[in-house]
Amino acid sequence: MRASTSNLLLIGPAALMVVALFLYPLFFSLVSAFTQDDLSFTLDHFVKVFELYSNDIKFTIIIVLSSVVLLAILSIGIAATLTLSPFPKLVAVLALLYRLPLFIPFIVAAQMMRTFLAKNGLMNNTLVAMGVMTPFETISLLGWSGIIITFVWKQLAFSTLLISGAMAALNRDQIQAAQNLGASRLRILVDVILPQVMPTIGVALVLSTVTIMSVLSVPLMIGTGSPTMITADIAFRVNSYGDYPVANALGMVSYLICAGLAWFYLRQSLKDKGALS
Amino acid sequence: MSQTMTTQHRGFRSLKARFTLRWSFWAQTAFITLLALALFGPIANLLIWTIAETWYFPHTLPNQWGLKYWQQVFNPYSDVSGSLMTSIIIALCAVVVCLLVSIPAGYALSKHTMPWRVGFMLLFLIPQAFPNLTVYINIARIFYDWGLNGTLLGVVLVHSVHGLMYSVWISVAAFSSIDPMLSRASRNLGAGPIYTFIHVVLPQAAPGLIAASIFVFLESLDEFTGTFFVGAPEVTTLPLLLYTASMEGNYQISSITALILLIPSIGFMLIINKFMRPEMLSKLGK
Repeated sequence: MRASTSNLLLIGPAALMVVALFLYPLFFSLVSAFTQDDLSFTLDHFVKVFELYSNDIKFTIIIVLSSVVLLAILSIGIAATLTLSPFPKLVAVLALLYRLPLFIPFIVAAQMMRTFLAKNGLMNNTLVAMGVMTPFETISLLGWSGIIITFVWKQLAFSTLLISGAMAALNRDQIQAAQNLGASRLRILVDVILPQVMPTIGVALVLSTVTIMSVLSVPLMIGTGSPTMITADIAFRVNSYGDYPVANALGMVSYLICAGLAWFYLRQSLKDKGALS
Repeated sequence: MSQTMTTQHRGFRSLKARFTLRWSFWAQTAFITLLALALFGPIANLLIWTIAETWYFPHTLPNQWGLKYWQQVFNPYSDVSGSLMTSIIIALCAVVVCLLVSIPAGYALSKHTMPWRVGFMLLFLIPQAFPNLTVYINIARIFYDWGLNGTLLGVVLVHSVHGLMYSVWISVAAFSSIDPMLSRASRNLGAGPIYTFIHVVLPQAAPGLIAASIFVFLESLDEFTGTFFVGAPEVTTLPLLLYTASMEGNYQISSITALILLIPSIGFMLIINKFMRPEMLSKLGK
């Protein structure tokens, strides 16, 4: 048997699984979103999506963008502290600390936040006990802000792990040289480190967006009715109406949101390489 | 005269540098403390709920503490014990399925001369690169036709596809790092290809394969969305039970379930922490 045939046989079962259980349903969703029952082309489902859910689409985009911006600021901050801080003990504590949520399941994070951010949650109770506010001034953060907090809380470990990994792989000599020439740490971060780790930051943020658009438990458990994220709408459309075409059209919108971010990142990185003017 | 000026100037500069250093120490300590509060706060709240019997507004802490709900949960006839068993069976099956298809695939893909290698590697990445909610609702619809909806097999298949990226990519890395001379020596000494694979290649790749299994197990244990569409209501895993209990406002049961899910996650994290240095992660897939 020729080597390439036997290789294909070895990969076959795994590849077949991805094709049958991922690519085929993906294709199915495309067809279902753009066709009527008799398989003729239509955009009716998208018209319905924009009539019913344009508010939720805006809401979803705002949540994704704010989460991504917060994630970028926080994870760059933590990774930079890990790379540049002159205090090894603090670095050791921080390196352990930030990874804590890495393996905590989203559904557990959602349950924690559902109690923590509630009107009678530990956060408000602590603030009341400290005398910052009275019990009657407390507000529940469940809703859009809670959704953002939960996503950032959980996803921070992953993006920081990737970004600090890229920073650790950099050539230390450049940082040393910049330090010897008298550059401040902030300047080293902005002028030496960030330009080199930009690709990793982009990847981390695009993957986080995909995760945010995949997780159903957080909008269901933290969100409060309307407006809600389109992921919750998809589930509602399927479970309550069995309306697959509109759910799939909403799914296309969720792909577009991810694709938009990926496109922005690719364009930015091409621009940096001078391929686009 | 100018000499003293410079010394004075230098003294001032070092004083300023020391001040900046001290300031940045306290700034960083404050940052880390805030981060710790933000990370541990929700976890503390979860732990309190597991031992609270009643807790309502405006009490800062529970009115009544107790282990009543733990007894309820660990009653052999409770929903929790049943779903825990279901979850573990599904996760173990997903690990077996993933290993069965990933070991040959990983072995083949570890040879860099393989044609379309990059294409296949990307194929296994796709399930993680698309938002998979839409895919799951369509899998549920297809499975309905195939009679797999609401069955253990259906849920196992969904979890396996989700875990396949980890198992294939980690297997490729594991098989790439073994010494090719050893298997050549074994073949020269007259061993057959299958004997060599089982007795020489596989043991060398074992640590990587174990890591891959841990990832698949955890992913399956924690998976919610796929099970929500494919398994419910016939198959109830722990995440589904947690969700239902939480939506019913039964925070004690949902918090205890969450804690049960947390234990393997944190435990495996401590084990894997040894292997998972950030600088190693940047080499994955090369």
